[in-house]
Amino acid sequence: MADVEVDELTRVFRVPVREAGLGAAMRSLVRREHREVRAVEGLSLTIEPGEVVGFLGPNGAGKTTSLKMLSGLLHPTSGTARVLGHEPWRREREYLARITLVMGNRNQLQWDLPVVDSFEMNRAIFGIARTDFDRTRDELVELLEIGHLVTKPVRNLSLGERMKAEIAGALLHRPQVLFLDEPTIGLDVTMQKRIRTFLAGYNARYGATVMLTSHYMADVSALCRRVIVIHHGRLLYDGPLSELAARFETAKTVGVTLVDPGADLSRYGEVVAVDGARVTLRVPRADASAVAARLLADLQPTDLTIEDPPIDDVIERVFATPDEPGSAVPSDEKLPG
Amino acid sequence: MSADTAQQHRVPPPPARPPLARVGRPRQMLDFYATVARTAVQEQFQYRAANYMYMIGMVVEPVIYLVVWSVVAEASGGSVGGYTPGGFAAYYIVWMLVRNMNIVFTPYGWEFRIREGQLSGMLVRPIHPLHYDLAYFAGWKVIAVLLWVPIAVVLALLFPPELSVNLAQAATFFVAIWGAYVIRTLLLFVLGLVTLWTTRVAALFELYFAAELLLSGRLVPLDLMPDAVLRWVDLLPFRSTFGFPIEALVSDLSGPQLVRGLLAQLFWIGFGWLLAMVVWKRAIRRYSAVGN
Repeated sequence: MADVEVDELTRVFRVPVREAGLGAAMRSLVRREHREVRAVEGLSLTIEPGEVVGFLGPNGAGKTTSLKMLSGLLHPTSGTARVLGHEPWRREREYLARITLVMGNRNQLQWDLPVVDSFEMNRAIFGIARTDFDRTRDELVELLEIGHLVTKPVRNLSLGERMKAEIAGALLHRPQVLFLDEPTIGLDVTMQKRIRTFLAGYNARYGATVMLTSHYMADVSALCRRVIVIHHGRLLYDGPLSELAARFETAKTVGVTLVDPGADLSRYGEVVAVDGARVTLRVPRADASAVAARLLADLQPTDLTIEDPPIDDVIERVFATPDEPGSAVPSDEKLPG
Repeated sequence: MSADTAQQHRVPPPPARPPLARVGRPRQMLDFYATVARTAVQEQFQYRAANYMYMIGMVVEPVIYLVVWSVVAEASGGSVGGYTPGGFAAYYIVWMLVRNMNIVFTPYGWEFRIREGQLSGMLVRPIHPLHYDLAYFAGWKVIAVLLWVPIAVVLALLFPPELSVNLAQAATFFVAIWGAYVIRTLLLFVLGLVTLWTTRVAALFELYFAAELLLSGRLVPLDLMPDAVLRWVDLLPFRSTFGFPIEALVSDLSGPQLVRGLLAQLFWIGFGWLLAMVVWKRAIRRYSAVGN
C-alpha cells in the first residue's frame, strides 16, 4: 500500500480584500468584500514507502498548504487524502505518532530550556519507552553531531544549530513519513550539506518516506530522484528529476572551446556566455546534435559538450509563467508524468 | 503521477526495524503531565525575578479591596455583612492564593500562538493542546505558591486575619482550588478559540473578565452582593472559579454546603470540557495556518 495517496485535493482560502484609503475603510464597515484564493487545486499523487520526493514550486504555489493538509493541520475544501492509511485532518493519535512535520522557519523547541529538555518533552508526548528513547536520542545526537549543543538553551543556538536540534527532536519518535518544509532555509552551504547527508542516511536506514520542499535545488538534486512540481496550486509535473529538463526545456546548452577565440558563433545558436575561448550556446533541443556536428566540422574546437541547462534554470523557466496556470507549458505537458 | 510511476521511483526500504516501544496511554498521560509541569517549573525559575515583580504587582489589587472594606467595616460599627476587618484580611490573603492558582493560559495569547506557529506545532502532536495548557500552568503553581508564602506572611502581619479552619474545610479548599483551576482553564480555552473566528476579540474578552470580576467574588465577597445578583451568580460558573474556594476556607460553610460547592465545580468541569471539545472541533476546521 502506498504511504501517501492524494486524490483531487483542493483548498480554497477566503480572504478579505479592501482597497487603500479612508473611503474603502468606511465601506468595509458595512460590506466586507472577500475573494477566493485557490491555494491547491485538484492535486492527485501517490507516494510509495521509502520514496524521497521533492515538492517544488515558487512562493505561493501551494506546496506548504499541501504539506499542511497532509500533516493534518488544514482541512481541505474538497478531495481526499490517505497517509499511512489515515485521513490526516482527523489527526488521530495513531497517525500523529507516525509522522513529523518540520518547518524550517518555525521553532518547536522550548526556547528557554536546554535542547535535552525539549527532547525529554517529546519523549513524554509520544510515550516512548525510556530505553528506546535513550538509544534513539543518542543515535540522532551522534548522526547530527550535536552532542556539544544539547545542554545549551535553545535561545543560545545559531540558526543552523537550532535546525539540527529541531530535526533531531522531530525524529525522536521515529516517524515513518517526514514532511519537511524548507528544512535548510537560511543555512550556510556547509550546514545545508550536513542536513542533506543526514536526511539521506535517515531515509536509507529507516526506509522513511520523505516529502521535501526546498528552494535550494542542491537539496532536491541530492535527495530526490522524483520531483513533483506545482504552480498556482496545480500539478505541473510528477516524475524523475532527470526527466524534468526534457519535459519543460526546449533547448540544450552546447559548450565549445575554440582554437581561435573571438569567432562569431551566433549563426549556430543563441550565444549565452563567452569566457575567453569558451563559448556557451543555447540551441533548440531537436537541433543540438546537428549543431554540434557543424561546429566540429567548421571550427575543430578543442572541446565540445552538450548538456541540459542547469536544473535551477529549468525550474526558473517552468515557474516564469504568466498568471494563467501553466500557460507557458503545452497542455499535454500539464498532465502528470 | 500514477501509482505505477511512483512504483518506478521507489527506493526499496531496508528491512523493517522494530518500532519504538511505547508506554500505555494512562502511563503516558501521567508522564506527560509530570514532564510538562516540571518544564514549567524550570522555565519559570528562569524568570523568577519577573515572576516576583508580577506577584508584587498582584498584591496591589487585594490590598486596595482589603483597605477599603476594612475602613467600611470599622465605619459600620465593626463589620459589614458579618465580615470584620480580620475577616476581610483572611478573605483577601486567601484570595491572593486562589488568584494565583487560577492563572491559566490567557485568551489573549491565542493570537500570538497562532501567529508564531505554536498552534501548528501543537496540532501535529498526539496530545490535545488542552492537556498541555493544563499541565504547564499546573507546574507554574509551584512557583506561584512559593512566591505567595512570604507575601502572605507580610500581609498577615500588617492585617491580622481571623481564620479558624477545620479539616473538612482545609480538604475542600485543597480540592476546590484545583477544581477552580480546571474550570477557568476550560472556559478561557473556549474564549481563546474565538480568535479562530475573528482576530479582534479583545472586547469580548474584556466583557467576560468584567462579568467574572463582579460575579465571582473577586471584587467583593459574594455574601455582600444583593439577592438579585446572587440569583445570577448561581447560574454562572464564576463562583466556582473564585468565591467558592475562598469561602470554603474562610466562611463557616456547613458540610452539605461544601459538598454542594464541590458538586457545582464538578458540573462546571463537565460542562466546560464538553463545550471545549465541541468548540475546538469547529474552531480547528477554521484554522488556516497561513504563514506558519
